[in-house]
Amino acid sequence: MGMLKRIPRPGLIVLALILAAAPLVFSNPYQYDVAIHVLINAMVAVGLNLLMGYAGQISLGHAGFFGLGAYVTAVLSANYGWPVYLSMPAALVVVALLAFVVARPILRLSGHYLAMATLGLGILISIVLRTEAGITGGPDGMMAPPLSIGDTNLYDERYWYALIAVLLLATVWLALNLIDSPVGRALRAVHGSEVAAEVVGVHTLGYKVLIFVVSAVLAALAGVLTAHYSGFVTPDLANFIYSIEFVTMVVLGGMASTYGAIVGAVILTLLPQFLTGVDDLEVMILGAILMVVVIFMPTGLVPTLARLVPGGRR
Amino acid sequence: MFAEFMQYLFSGLTAGSTYALVALGFTIIYNASHIINFAQGEFLMIGGLGSVMLMQYGLPMPLAIVGAIVLAVLAGILIEKLALERAATNDIVPLIIITIGASLFLRGGAQFFWGKSIHALPAFTGNTPIDIAGATILPQSLWVLGVGAVVVCALAWFFKRTLTGKAMLAVSHNPNAARLVGINPRFILMLSFALAGALGAVAGAVAAPITLTAYDIGVMLGLKGFVAAVLGGLGSPVGAVVGGLLLGIMEAFTAGYISSEYKDAVPFVIVLLVLFLLPSGLFGSRATERV
Repeated sequence: MGMLKRIPRPGLIVLALILAAAPLVFSNPYQYDVAIHVLINAMVAVGLNLLMGYAGQISLGHAGFFGLGAYVTAVLSANYGWPVYLSMPAALVVVALLAFVVARPILRLSGHYLAMATLGLGILISIVLRTEAGITGGPDGMMAPPLSIGDTNLYDERYWYALIAVLLLATVWLALNLIDSPVGRALRAVHGSEVAAEVVGVHTLGYKVLIFVVSAVLAALAGVLTAHYSGFVTPDLANFIYSIEFVTMVVLGGMASTYGAIVGAVILTLLPQFLTGVDDLEVMILGAILMVVVIFMPTGLVPTLARLVPGGRR
Repeated sequence: MFAEFMQYLFSGLTAGSTYALVALGFTIIYNASHIINFAQGEFLMIGGLGSVMLMQYGLPMPLAIVGAIVLAVLAGILIEKLALERAATNDIVPLIIITIGASLFLRGGAQFFWGKSIHALPAFTGNTPIDIAGATILPQSLWVLGVGAVVVCALAWFFKRTLTGKAMLAVSHNPNAARLVGINPRFILMLSFALAGALGAVAGAVAAPITLTAYDIGVMLGLKGFVAAVLGGLGSPVGAVVGGLLLGIMEAFTAGYISSEYKDAVPFVIVLLVLFLLPSGLFGSRATERV
């Protein structure tokens, strides 16, 4: 069975090819910049999809983990002189610990109470980042040192694109393996009926905690990369509206579809590009899309379209 | 000392009665449908900003406020009719997301049509502060408290004494049984959104001279109203009022005695503590889950 699992995943190969081929159509740094933001958001969405799509638990606070990751690495490297290759993993560890500590009480809740608790946690993080100006620079934010190899700073968007593309592939690979592992089966059981899952011996809370921590760390990784890529962090990174955008990506692309989460991230990140000139309409259009998709395609874009293709994937 | 205490208490009660009205809006919709309407804060925005805008179009203030309330009621009915009623699902997550979409739509619409500036609605009866027990309070605070009290009493009367109010309670207890005795749950659901819209708009308009108003004011006010509703125990109208007032008072005391910067954090710290320690709030029924 171990051998069978090693069959290369066609979807992952297609994704790798797309990521490798995309630079062929990029003609300027701006397009790389947009692509990098797409990939960073996709990373958060893939992680959040594990939680929402597979474990069936909503989180309205993932921007909190995203922002916290960005700030921990920025503070450690800029204020305390830590090398970036140490401050980045340290940020992931901090977020993982926080997520682990809060996961148990939070995930005992369900439905609206869970939504409220995750939302509250995310907002608290953003308030702390905004208020502790002595450490975080307050509402104006702070600089984050660039990533460097030896003495060379990585400023070139092309390197960043390559780095983040590889990390996204690794994230997707991890997510797909997690879904196909016994953990994934247990999660689907939790989503189907938590009580039934417990009756057959699935330790539901333990699995939910695991996935909550994994998705928080993926959000933190995306935040860490954002901090050093853009060179500065602001409390807006942890803004409630981003938590909503991440949820929208998952729902739009299709819950319980890893590639759907990526498609959702692509659409939502590119949307403002198509709305230039009508910037003021962006929020209204985002809201309309959210409502229309959930009403008419409750399972999201990718699963809905896949069902139209004969013999297509679920 | 005492004067300071009274000052914080009054400002807490003023903010708290706004939260209580928002929380009641959440409660009414929750009872009719088990939906949490994340667009509730947007009704306040429509109430406050809408009044300002209608005054700019030349309406006198009382008419402008009535017009804004009508707008919020219409928005509530449209959310229910066009979005929630069409959603072919009873799952909580998609329904939450639809109301989040509706709130973005309303906020974005306000930003687009009414602009991003912050506005103040004129105080209803002037700005001469009143001295009560050493604390100075604005006449508008009395308006907020008074209107809050009137609205709460009117709602209590509506639910206890009118047939429609009783029908709404019946649906909240058991929709199927209510249907059997001839109540139309669809109509009740629409009514609950209309009522929640009106409540939010009233709160938004009365508070606007104090809090000022802008297109994005609904986000925080809506969240705090939700916190108040959860604090009191979702679904309990008494809990919503008590939760709202408690929240306002605790916020004011934190701002006064501890740290004004962390005032906005208070509701979220409290709600996390309450959820972790008493998962059904102060007045919520202990839930027994059916499998």
